Amino acid sequence: MASLTIKDARKTFGKVEVLKGIDIDVASGEFLVLVGPSGCGKSTLLNLIAGLESISSGEIRIGDRVVNHVSPKDRDIAMVFQSYALYPNMNVRKNISFGLETRKTPQAEIDKIVTSVAKTLQIEELLDRKPKQLSGGQRQRVAMGRALARNPDVFLFDEPLSNLDAKLRVEMRTEIKLLHQRIGTTIVYVTHDQIEAMTLADRIAVMKDGIVQQLDTPRNVYENPVNRFVAGFIGSPSMNFIPCRVTAQDGQPSLVLANDTGTAYSLSPARWTEALTGRMEKQVILGLRPEHITEEAPGSNGDAEARLRIESTVRVVEPTGPDTLVMVPFNDIEVTCRVHPGAARKPGEPMPLTVDLSKAILFDPETETRLQ
Amino acid sequence: MANARDIGVGEGRARFWARMGIYAILVLAALYFLIPLVVMVLTSVKSMADIRTGNLISLPTAITFKPWTEAWGKACIGASCEGVKPYFWNSIKITVPAVTISTLIGAANGYVFSKWRFGGSELLFSLLLVGCFIPFQVILLPMASTLGRLGLSQSIIGLIFVHIVYGLCFTTLFFRNYYVNLPDELIKAARIDGAGFFRIFWRIILPLSAPIFVVSIIWQTTQIWNDFLFGVVFSTGQNQPVTVALNNLVNTSTGVKNYNVDMAAAIIAALPTLVVYLAAGKYFMRGLTAGSVKG
Repeated sequence: MASLTIKDARKTFGKVEVLKGIDIDVASGEFLVLVGPSGCGKSTLLNLIAGLESISSGEIRIGDRVVNHVSPKDRDIAMVFQSYALYPNMNVRKNISFGLETRKTPQAEIDKIVTSVAKTLQIEELLDRKPKQLSGGQRQRVAMGRALARNPDVFLFDEPLSNLDAKLRVEMRTEIKLLHQRIGTTIVYVTHDQIEAMTLADRIAVMKDGIVQQLDTPRNVYENPVNRFVAGFIGSPSMNFIPCRVTAQDGQPSLVLANDTGTAYSLSPARWTEALTGRMEKQVILGLRPEHITEEAPGSNGDAEARLRIESTVRVVEPTGPDTLVMVPFNDIEVTCRVHPGAARKPGEPMPLTVDLSKAILFDPETETRLQ
Repeated sequence: MANARDIGVGEGRARFWARMGIYAILVLAALYFLIPLVVMVLTSVKSMADIRTGNLISLPTAITFKPWTEAWGKACIGASCEGVKPYFWNSIKITVPAVTISTLIGAANGYVFSKWRFGGSELLFSLLLVGCFIPFQVILLPMASTLGRLGLSQSIIGLIFVHIVYGLCFTTLFFRNYYVNLPDELIKAARIDGAGFFRIFWRIILPLSAPIFVVSIIWQTTQIWNDFLFGVVFSTGQNQPVTVALNNLVNTSTGVKNYNVDMAAAIIAALPTLVVYLAAGKYFMRGLTAGSVKG
């Protein structure tokens, strides 16, 4: 196992610059997830790390070695692909041992490795089958077995769960996490699914348009996003972005939330004052996650910031099982709130809500960066 | 599959006559294609007397296979009277190596063009394709002079060479289009596993190529065996393939034209390609429509 260092990596295809200067340090044994929408460059970055594409400029190090010009087979990496890429004409045993054979490993050792890998992944009874006789989940395990057998410094995963059905995806996700806990190899994992990113990663790199937007632990990426893109990408259902005008209220700069019946609520917690002063009469975007807008909480109204009471008319109700999502209008946009199933009102009825403003985040509407 | 009964073409009576009409056209078309073969077979087992007194499709009074043995071993073609046997073996000597070599090189070409893009590869492939569509008559003179320079004119090896070169564009096309459907990730995985260009070709690509090998072999066998133009231009005398020999046989007549011998010789010449299609024809269709490989 080794660390992985990417320094100012750039990749251009013809005239298009797909990666615009990526800097990432992966510690030895760390599980890094690259997440982002289609076309953000995450698969290209993975191919650069693997050596399947050549880097246009910048540096990639595995351990202490600069590997920019080292061919994939000498980089001591192993990769699991979205479509598994198992060799159709070979059985499972040969698929796993192919990489060992090309490296002229003695047969006795190959047999030992194949048996131990098959045991780890519970595919012992599949060893003599061909890929077309396996189910999707089994193929995925064989693909992982092929990578495991190589005992590499870095594991690369390119959206390995995307071809599985939802239930299997959740099961395999847990298995991958357990595998990492057990063998502790450095992993770089690409996905477009932010839930996979959150559940698997030690750290997440959120990418967009070839640039790393934020590189941080899952918790920080969720609670302290640096810009609107990261805030909206991570978390499902997505964060609400409510456009508000900054006005003066009792000498304090404050934001106004207006519901559809004309009631306006003024928000001016102290910790916002610095960010809002100097933006009088301008717009800001108020970011609130659905779980921070809930049903009316009984009891004290002591902490005004954490327990602001507001109300609006229910437009849409979506029960998800554990909670119910309620859409209400504020400032002319639909705001999603997460309430207890029993407390949800019907469409057309007014719904009293409690907002936890201590978790709210302000964004600049033009630069889309975080304000405080 | 839609049940013929469920395809509604009109109602009741109208449907019946429409169905009859379709069958009539199909039967006529089948007859049109089959009648020449029927005539050939019938004529080849008749004696000359039967041919003189009967018509094209009359049955023989007595079936005789003498025309066949004559066509094979005794008929006079030009100056020699050994039947079509030596020329039949010439055709085999030409077809087998030419098919094998053009298929193998085509496979390698297809592999390179589809999986290892290099600078100018698209241009090179387009040029190769253009070569496919040049009418063969156009290249006769340049090829003749090339063969002369190589010291291969009028030889079997020269003819094999020509067939390989002009088969290459088709075989490359077949293999390239087939390999394009193989997932690129297969190659990537093999590269990471440490396999190089040839190992990937040998251990991964070739084992997956059975359908397109069949297509290429059938196509090339048909083209090369049935070829007349290259045969008549680039070979001479005892080196000629059976197609040219057939033509010479029919044109060699000492007085009486032995139609039965001519017909037997023609069927002998056509038999190999017929057998290939009967045996492997369905694999041809399967290979052409083979989709991408899963997993």
